Amino acid sequence: MFLYSLTLHRATGVVCAAIGSFIGGKSQEIVVASGKSLELLRPDDSGKVVTLHSVEVFGAIRSLVPFRLTGSQKDYLAVGSDSGRLVILEYSKERNCFDKVHQETFGKSGCRRIVPGQFLAVDPKGRALMIAACEKQKLVYVLNRDTVARLTISSPLEAHKSYTITYSITGVDCGFDNPVFAAIELDYSEADRDPTGQAAAEAQKHLTFYELDLGLNHVSRKWSEPIDNGANMLVSVPGGGDGPSGVLVCAENFIIYRNQDHPEVRAVIPRRTDLPEERGVLIVSAATHRQKSMFFFLLQTEYGDVFKVTLEHEGDRVSELKIKYFDTFPVTSAMCVLKAGYLFSASEFGNHALYQFRAIGDGDDVESSSASLMETDEGFQPVFFQPRGLRNLALIDQIESMMPIMDMRVVNLFEEETPQIFTLCGRGPRSTVRILRPGLAINEMAVSQLPGVASAVWTVKKNVNDEFDAYMVVSFPNATLVLSIGETVEEVSDSKFLDTTPSLAVALLGEDSLMQVHPNGIRHIREDGRVNEWRTPGKKTIVKVGSNQLQVVIALSGGELIYFDMDMMGQLMEADKHEMPGDVACLAIAPVPEGRRRSRFLAVGSYDNTIRILSLDPDDGMQVLSVQSVSSPPESLLFLEVKASTGGEDGADHPASLFLNAGLQNGVLFRTVVDMLTGQLSDTRSRFLGLRAPKLFSCMVRGRQAMLCLSSRPWLGYIHQGHFLLTPLSYETLEYAASFSSDQCAEGIVAVAKDQLRVFTIERLGETFNESAIPLRYTPRRFVFLPKRKHLAIIESDKGAFTAEEREALRKECMDAAGVGENGNTGAMENGGEDGEERDEPMTDEQFGYPKAESDKWVSCIRILDPRSRETTCLLELQDNEAAFSICTVNFHDKDNHGTLLAVGTGKGLNFFPKRTVEAGFIHIYKFVDEGRSLELLHKTQVDDVPLALCQFQGRLLAGIGSVLRLYDLGKRKLLRKCENKLFPRTIVSIHTYRDRIYVGDVQESFHYCKYRRDENQLFIFADDTVPRWLTAAHHIDFDTMAGADKFGNIYFARLPQDTSDEIEEDPTGGRIKWEQGKLNGAPNKVEEIVQFHVGDVVSCLQKASLIPGGGDSIIFGTVMGSLGALLAFTSREDVDFFSHLEMHMRQEFPPLCGRDHMAFRSAYFPVKDVIDGDLCEQFPTLPLDMQRKIADELDRTPGEILKKLEDIRNKII
Amino acid sequence: MQASDRFNINSQLEHLQAKYVGTGHADQGRFEWAVNINRDSYASYIGRHPMLAYIAIAENESIGRERYNFMQKMLLPCGPPPEKDED
Repeated sequence: MFLYSLTLHRATGVVCAAIGSFIGGKSQEIVVASGKSLELLRPDDSGKVVTLHSVEVFGAIRSLVPFRLTGSQKDYLAVGSDSGRLVILEYSKERNCFDKVHQETFGKSGCRRIVPGQFLAVDPKGRALMIAACEKQKLVYVLNRDTVARLTISSPLEAHKSYTITYSITGVDCGFDNPVFAAIELDYSEADRDPTGQAAAEAQKHLTFYELDLGLNHVSRKWSEPIDNGANMLVSVPGGGDGPSGVLVCAENFIIYRNQDHPEVRAVIPRRTDLPEERGVLIVSAATHRQKSMFFFLLQTEYGDVFKVTLEHEGDRVSELKIKYFDTFPVTSAMCVLKAGYLFSASEFGNHALYQFRAIGDGDDVESSSASLMETDEGFQPVFFQPRGLRNLALIDQIESMMPIMDMRVVNLFEEETPQIFTLCGRGPRSTVRILRPGLAINEMAVSQLPGVASAVWTVKKNVNDEFDAYMVVSFPNATLVLSIGETVEEVSDSKFLDTTPSLAVALLGEDSLMQVHPNGIRHIREDGRVNEWRTPGKKTIVKVGSNQLQVVIALSGGELIYFDMDMMGQLMEADKHEMPGDVACLAIAPVPEGRRRSRFLAVGSYDNTIRILSLDPDDGMQVLSVQSVSSPPESLLFLEVKASTGGEDGADHPASLFLNAGLQNGVLFRTVVDMLTGQLSDTRSRFLGLRAPKLFSCMVRGRQAMLCLSSRPWLGYIHQGHFLLTPLSYETLEYAASFSSDQCAEGIVAVAKDQLRVFTIERLGETFNESAIPLRYTPRRFVFLPKRKHLAIIESDKGAFTAEEREALRKECMDAAGVGENGNTGAMENGGEDGEERDEPMTDEQFGYPKAESDKWVSCIRILDPRSRETTCLLELQDNEAAFSICTVNFHDKDNHGTLLAVGTGKGLNFFPKRTVEAGFIHIYKFVDEGRSLELLHKTQVDDVPLALCQFQGRLLAGIGSVLRLYDLGKRKLLRKCENKLFPRTIVSIHTYRDRIYVGDVQESFHYCKYRRDENQLFIFADDTVPRWLTAAHHIDFDTMAGADKFGNIYFARLPQDTSDEIEEDPTGGRIKWEQGKLNGAPNKVEEIVQFHVGDVVSCLQKASLIPGGGDSIIFGTVMGSLGALLAFTSREDVDFFSHLEMHMRQEFPPLCGRDHMAFRSAYFPVKDVIDGDLCEQFPTLPLDMQRKIADELDRTPGEILKKLEDIRNKII
Repeated sequence: MQASDRFNINSQLEHLQAKYVGTGHADQGRFEWAVNINRDSYASYIGRHPMLAYIAIAENESIGRERYNFMQKMLLPCGPPPEKDED
């Protein structure tokens, strides 16, 4: 079995981010490392974050820093990754990609403890760079420029110190003196040797300054001082003329200013009033804002509170450090302050956000200062505050992020054309169920009622140079309605369009004249108001029209074609005639090429299943240039011109090319390349779009021509980052459409559907899925689909949080306290704040998170959700510190009166530290009441450990309780044990069943295949795996095969060899399995791992499903970082050969950007086996053209054929 | 000393031990081995963001806190070392 792996939805969780001006000049961009890809983001003028570029790097990015050489206008980006290399990138605006400027190898690959890559710091003047590992190694590179102003990098200088753990490093701003780097270090050599443990207790963190002597080219430890033992992060303080230099040391509960020869200045971080006493407050992310006259820091704590830190200083003496409460938003992994007054917050989990500054924290809020620091016998006196709604920031945009995906199911619950993907995402109060549909999201701007059922709509400009459309023309079966587009859209009668007849086409001709084609003639409206009317001869009517800016071709009933051409005077003149053998089904003229008077190609589709290309050259006399037969009569034709381009905002190099698209009556879209010289057709591709014949329309997407295809659902064909993508829109069936451009909406689409006129824009181009989210209460763990009622049963649980009642009580307490303090503010709240004064928004848990409780407290609930109405029909909050971990539906064989029951496995008082302990486990059995909308507890059965896996098996319930697999039957008061097997190594986390086989997944020891012998009532393990796998997800593939994923980010397939499988099945007495013993406590037979692939992300769910109607199954997987991927099995040997060769060439010619070897990455834990990396293959179109040709030659194909192959295989998945 | 001595197994091992912290040797005890394994594991968790996120979800802590906890644990991953025998 060979698989093709493809990422369907890129990971959205952000590891780290950096801000700089990578394009150069004044603009600022944000680079984020999300999952394994590097993305360049920029907020546009309207405050929406747009992705300029995104590239998969096939490696783990661990740190990013921007730097700039003095005097330069552009920032470089240094990347620390798991490649054992330092990579410096430069963004190229012309080609829209990152270029590798330098790649310096210094060690082994992988995230190792002494191989640098974890930390990066740069001298603020861009003269040197330090890259450090968790332990021991630190390397300093000197950055400079050569005579032609190119960046140069020196060989590394070592600043190693053995037995030392590094917590954080940063570059100290010391103007143009020698570059200095600061590091928090901890020496463990004593602790390792002292058996009494005293040395460990006394281990002291140090703040060390490393100085790079540029003259001697040498790094020395300049200064090392003990600092607070809770120190975890360093933030550089502006120096030179702008500030006092030095660093802020963020420590648990404190922020301390330190510099050489300067006393420490310390202030406490204010605490939330409801925070348990034993918990510290840790800073997890920081951003610095610098202006000419001032600077401040925004530091965020692990609870989401952001503090503004300012320093009172005179010269380089700091007199006071102030920490002021700023605002609260979800915990971030990185924050960036933009000069344009935005704050980008990359959330650790869930959606990212862009905030706009409304103030910079000058209001009165809780402030802690070094001046008022009080030291008592118990330590420093804490300062308390109460979080409030956003006051200094305003949310203006969100970037959807599915991180983390906890569980996923592909099912066509809504009975749509394609299945939906239900994912459980997020954590704590920001958890959601997201329903994903393949397709682009649209934004509906207006829907208006029309007087009747419309058949067509067009928009026209009055002049070719106009920016916006002037008229919108709607055709009905017997009339035409003309609307003018301005501030509003209203009906007009002075347009000179004929309104008593239906229209066949409306278009702008030449520079400034309008044309209306109706069944009886052509009406040409000149700019000065003159109207020329051409009438059809005799009783014939016009049936089809094709036109471009200067040419019009009409087809009369009977099959006669008449060709009109616009002359120099702007007159429309009949130029030629042609008789077709039969009626014409559709017509299209190619757009006029730049600098030409006319286009040469006319495409005519006939009912005899052919498409002909006719020449419109005056010398050729409409001769047929080529004929293409198709599978079904064409319904609609469209020429799509791809202009020659070399990169730009989105895309790689493209030669100019012309595509002919045809929508066939059988619902297939047929695409072929038209040779620009001869008119020959080649390279045909077809794709089934839907049940109706696609109608094709040209529209604009990001300034380029794109194609809208209206079948039973609308599709958009457009070019995105060098790929032609054909993606469905998540919208209803449309009849006819046209592009729409007005003041309010630059690139919209107007469409008619029955008697409605709809205006919409297309959002978030380039994304595969369109999401809709339903909020949940706690971190969702798992869910099951209840097929009968089409509901979802979800279990949610959170550690270390208060139950709903306790939270309500706490909130009341808070409100009361606040009410007393702020003199009747509570009254205003109840009235909805009508008093007009600036009032804080109500506290939402989404923004603030749940208050922290003791770590062994759990909250949990079971929810029945109706995804159609998005309504929760039942929510059971578990009591007594119980938390739900597993769920399944079960039908007990002899208890038909109950029907389907819901089994939920819970644990009480589960604690992980210092040792995993649990008070008790339970299996709850619930009965569905109220037509499946509600639950009623039947009984609960105590067990000795947490049941982490439940599954129905032959009308009974199988439960994995710790290391015991047990079979239960339903009793009146309890579940009744029927049979058990205690021979599993650790903890059972997954159970799948098929016929009489049971596939058990162990948390640490991969799969165990078991058999249940009914007559003896015994469970046997007959096969297991040889590899220790820390299973995080499992799915049953076939009788002998299981797919699994381990927590190190690998996906694998385990298969029982065929002969072993047969032997086991042919053993009638079962005596063999029963008495056969494996070696070293293992099972007698071993499964083979037939597929190995390193995803580079923890896979949390796997499912075999098909995302397209009538498509083959693929394995769909979701990951913790929020990505969705698919593994498709190849069906032919040729494809395997082709793609493995393409992959091989790609590896050689286009090694990953961050320096990790592709093959080594995909084999990070186990050598990759029988999986071809589609993500790498799909980078083919981004290669330079000559490289594409070179690879294509090696594969004995043309680049076009390779692109077609890539497109085809993608279309098989989605 | 012959040139080939430079490549014999012992000098190669010594070189590795000096260069790569945590390389084992013949007299390595159980404790030393465990300490190295644990430190390597923590460093690997810290370096791999998805893993940190996975653990952070289980413990309902922030990723930043988890990273800090793992770094703290690198000091004494297996408790104090056992008493050394005199001989």
